[in-house]
Amino acid sequence: MNLEFENELAEIEERIAELSKLDSKEHPQLNKDIGALRRKMKSLTRRIYENLTPWDTVRIARHHDRPLFKDFIAGMCSDFIELHGDRRCGDDKALIGGFATIDKHRVMLIGMVKGRTVDEKVHHNFGMPNPEGYRKALRLMKLAEKYGLPIVCMVDTPAAYPGREAEERGQAEAIARNLTEMAGLEVPIVVVITGEGGSGGALGIAVGDAILMLRYAVYSVIPPEGCAAILWRDAERAPEAADALKITAESLLDLGIIDQIIDEPPGGAHRDPETTIERTREAVVETLQRLKRQSTARLRDNRYDKFARMGRVKKRRSKSSK
Amino acid sequence: MGWFKRSARKTPQNEIPEGLFAVCPRCKAHIYKDEYESAFKVCPKCNHHERLTAAERIELIVDKGTFREFNSEIKPNDPLDFKDAKGSYRQKAEDAIAKTGLNEAVVTGSGDINGTRAVIAVMDFRFLGGSLASATGEKILLASEHALRMKRALLIFSASGGARMHEGIVSLMQMAKTCAGIARLDRAGLPYISIMTDPTYGGVSASFATVGDLNIAEPGALIGFAGRRVIEQTIKEKLPDDFQTAEYLLEHGFLDSIVNRGEMKDYLHRVLQYSLGKKV
Repeated sequence: MNLEFENELAEIEERIAELSKLDSKEHPQLNKDIGALRRKMKSLTRRIYENLTPWDTVRIARHHDRPLFKDFIAGMCSDFIELHGDRRCGDDKALIGGFATIDKHRVMLIGMVKGRTVDEKVHHNFGMPNPEGYRKALRLMKLAEKYGLPIVCMVDTPAAYPGREAEERGQAEAIARNLTEMAGLEVPIVVVITGEGGSGGALGIAVGDAILMLRYAVYSVIPPEGCAAILWRDAERAPEAADALKITAESLLDLGIIDQIIDEPPGGAHRDPETTIERTREAVVETLQRLKRQSTARLRDNRYDKFARMGRVKKRRSKSSK
Repeated sequence: MGWFKRSARKTPQNEIPEGLFAVCPRCKAHIYKDEYESAFKVCPKCNHHERLTAAERIELIVDKGTFREFNSEIKPNDPLDFKDAKGSYRQKAEDAIAKTGLNEAVVTGSGDINGTRAVIAVMDFRFLGGSLASATGEKILLASEHALRMKRALLIFSASGGARMHEGIVSLMQMAKTCAGIARLDRAGLPYISIMTDPTYGGVSASFATVGDLNIAEPGALIGFAGRRVIEQTIKEKLPDDFQTAEYLLEHGFLDSIVNRGEMKDYLHRVLQYSLGKKV
């Protein structure tokens, strides 16, 4: 998949590939030329990525080659034991989780799976969980609380699935229950927005003590296309809506919604998934170490205050607790 | 029906005294306005429950003279400095304030229900579609904190199209914020009763509205996560007529009861007698 703002990059990449096929003995200039192209590519990449619009960022967040949850599991964890089922209705394929070991930390790892091939995408419902996904996530989080394991949630979903059965099985209630229960969990919760943070579907596993976000991930109350269709009466004006909605990591840090941006390598995670995953692992480990030092009561009070602060309109007289 | 329409058109309007009749939006029956108003906008013919304003709801539920509103001065925030094709959110909010006489889409306060004091939050759909935004979330959180301090029950009447897009991610976070307040009530053993009225959708149904100790709804209220049109477009099939009605939700196990408007106050009072045993 090509992003049109990366066309120039793709051309240079192609040229480098062509030149690399030639024999350097016949073309003494070859290595020099390739080196020059690489340098050009590097500076061009930097220039493009320094001037991305929010809409460009949406496109990167949805990029075909962007690392997905399963890539993060493979790259971050020395052990992963998937645990299936919500014990009520089924086993959601879009939202999975299980015991995981990241460095020395044993955690409960939960996240959305999008899939890369067409078959995978269909199997995982394009990363759009049904209620049983959120209920499975909650079951695993409660288990984590019982065993004293920190929770790591990795968010990458366009939305909670808007389907008939999803409604019949209480999509709204499933998400609402998670928000309510996660507010009170007595273990640290680290959230990483890795790709698309699609509204309530994302938030359903994103109430945490630390919210980290990859540089070119997005997190929004509504997809820009949907917002444009409603407020601009034209889905084609999504780039304007993306701008107005302030959905980039930079904006969300300013707004106090997220705590930390994890930098992606030049040219985005899709150019260098390994480095992206490694940096994510480092950031998660650092955060776990910090949060593990806090008492559970303090952790819970801080989590409450963190969300109470978001969009605060009024100064408070006194802080209530418990 | 045809002859009636035709003759009605010929009849000079002033033959029917102005404002004597109301027309039921569902069954189109002409109803004496006095009768309709005194039944709090419930159609005597088809039991359609028309949407109420927050003030009407409070009059219906709270003992006369006992309602004390708090935080009424809280007005919409504009954290994103949001502008769309039709202008600024700031202006839109000002217009809503002028139109409704409210400062936000929810009115909060304390009041008595047949003598039992409770903290009450009532959403008003006229104010930007009852949308959940920072000030709305703030008022609901403050109401839950008030209930916690005073050891009282919290009752929330929902009516909302969902999160307010104009506040972007900040409005999304109000879902987590309000639920955090509910979680504290839960731990303190204080009752929280959710009453869903038409309509309750999106960010409101997916947060505080569906996690009541009791989830109650008015007859015919539409309640759901995603809107019917979005779902039909996604699954490419037609949904049943009663999809997402209160009756449909009751059938699927998400409501404790559907309560007629005329019986709501007594119902809530009765329920509160069971739920306050630990605290009163």
